[in-house]
Amino acid sequence: MELRLEKFTKAFGPVTVIQDMDLTVGSGEMMALLGPSGCGKSTTLFAICGIHKMTGGRLYFGDRDVTSVPAQQRSVGVVFQNYALYPHMTAEQNIGFPLKVMRQPKAEIAKEVQRLADLVQIGDLLDRRPAQLSGGQQQRVALARAMIRKPDVLLLDEPLANLDAKLRLEMRAEIRRIQRETGITAILVTHDQVEAMSMCDRIALMRDGKIVQLDTPERMYADPASQFVAGFLGNPPISFLPARAGEQLAIGQSQVLPRPAGLEVQGDIVLGIRPEHFGPQHGQGLHGEVIFVEPQGREELVDVQLDGGGILRAILPTGDPVKLGDRVNWGVSGGNILAFSTEGVRL
Amino acid sequence: MTGTPRIWPLVLILAIFSTPLVIMYLYQIIDSVASPDPGSLIPGELDLSNWRFLWERIDSGRPTIWQVTFNTFLFASTTAFLVTLLSTTAGYALSRLNMPGRPYFLGGLIILHAFPTITLIIAIFIILQALGLFDTLLGIILVKAALELPFGVWIMKGFYDTVPWEIEMAGVQDGASRFRVWWELVMPQVKPGLAALLIISFLSGWSEFVLPLVLAPGSSTQVLSTFMNAVIQDDATADFGLFKAIGMYYSIPVIVIYLIFQKQLMNIYGGGTKG
Ligand SMILES: Nc1ncnc2c1ncn2[C@@H]1O[C@H](COP(=O)(O)OP(=O)(O)OP(=O)(O)O)[C@@H](O)[C@H]1O
Ligand SMILES: [Mg+2]
Repeated sequence: MELRLEKFTKAFGPVTVIQDMDLTVGSGEMMALLGPSGCGKSTTLFAICGIHKMTGGRLYFGDRDVTSVPAQQRSVGVVFQNYALYPHMTAEQNIGFPLKVMRQPKAEIAKEVQRLADLVQIGDLLDRRPAQLSGGQQQRVALARAMIRKPDVLLLDEPLANLDAKLRLEMRAEIRRIQRETGITAILVTHDQVEAMSMCDRIALMRDGKIVQLDTPERMYADPASQFVAGFLGNPPISFLPARAGEQLAIGQSQVLPRPAGLEVQGDIVLGIRPEHFGPQHGQGLHGEVIFVEPQGREELVDVQLDGGGILRAILPTGDPVKLGDRVNWGVSGGNILAFSTEGVRL
Repeated sequence: MTGTPRIWPLVLILAIFSTPLVIMYLYQIIDSVASPDPGSLIPGELDLSNWRFLWERIDSGRPTIWQVTFNTFLFASTTAFLVTLLSTTAGYALSRLNMPGRPYFLGGLIILHAFPTITLIIAIFIILQALGLFDTLLGIILVKAALELPFGVWIMKGFYDTVPWEIEMAGVQDGASRFRVWWELVMPQVKPGLAALLIISFLSGWSEFVLPLVLAPGSSTQVLSTFMNAVIQDDATADFGLFKAIGMYYSIPVIVIYLIFQKQLMNIYGGGTKG
């Protein structure tokens, strides 16, 4: 079911946290709400599920205006960051609770619980209490409980934040699989860009209560609308380099890069160069000294202090004979240079 | 129980200070069933006549012990029930609902709890008189419950504060009404507090002395504490053996309750009282 927010505004007392936000999530789509801490992700989520009243604007599920429908009557499943399982109930009772509230017959509830337990693969843990389950298993129970009513929309508030790195990887794939299998419309709140990029069809990147860009992960990575977006996406992060645009791009005191095609401006700008677009594989052109090497297993990160000022990061396959203090002369992939104005707007 | 050497001095000090208490309790028990020679510490032969109050009236002017025990039980249990019921709802409201003047209310609770009851007694007396509740069990039940409430509300609020907010929100999302969420999802989390509060206010009612003494002096509303007081004040027959036996009888339920419910009572410290 399609979900549509129109001119959504939320204020807590005198503080307006979100102003006139528009957002449409297509039917069966998984959308990420990504942004730094305090930008209003959870606030948006809670407005959609009805915990917070909206100060202004409207919310539609499909064609139905649900702006003033109480939370109980909105068909929304929520997975909270700390799972919020009911500690005194077994996993089975937890998952079945929404149906119990709807006064479904016992046999029907048991059948549905079994179906969802199979979907999230916890069929053999149903008689345990939350305290007897691992973090990943609790997560699955929470997911099953959120989905048992067959809600129109599934909301996930940082569902992976409390899991260790390996489990996070596993649950990432798992949540995506379940979302695809059921074809449910879902919104994932996260401040982890890797999570957003790997799990979602589209990303809404938020900052200070506004959506600064809404795009597919690939396009947002390759074609960011601003310096903020470029800096937020990508791991290892992009390097920014102040430059002067003239005949060529002057970098620091002494070095130059050719002007990328299509760049019109003159004067002070900021270049964004991703690590994979700088290195020996891109030819030569920039001189500098290696000041930092960080092995990461398959790859290593290398920071280069450019002669005349500026630092660029490169990512190289492990085994490249680069040592701390080496002098290098590496090139930049010209077509992939991103240019921003000094205010951070994409040029 | 694993005695490291360093613990022994502490045990010794504690032992020295608690010996008098232990001796007192010991003689309380012994003297209630023995007839020592006057002035002697060595117990004489077994003598159950001190316990005669159980099967006969001590003197004709007094109610039977069973009437008094029933009064005490009724007083203590009704008070405990009232306090727990009201604290359970009031604590929830204070912990979760955003009402105007909430901080002042909380501050007021603490002050009320610390307030010495005895200074209010005249005012309460006049109020009860006016209401026609003077010298009735109902009157002292209401007064006792009112005086216990601040403590109860504060304790329950502390327990509610430890229940994660998300649990309630999850319940609401699952379609349950606010009342059902409270009853079915939140209450089970604060059960330990409920049990502890019930027991503590029962015990407090059981041992209450001043309120019944002043506000319900008649013999038909006598409770065990005032009954004992009357027995000892009766200077014609100052019978210490009898007094001790009644004292034993009076404290047995308290001891039994403590033994059975130790764990629940400890919860009140474990559950925490956060501001
Ligand atoms: N109940 C409230 N009263 C007042 N201000 C609030 C309230 N809830 C949130 N805020 C403010 O709204 C802003 C957005 O909060 P929100 O919880 O949506 O952030 P978030 O994007 O989810 O951040 P995080 O990643 O840290 O969870 C914050 O500045 C926060 O201080
Ligand atoms: Mg949040």
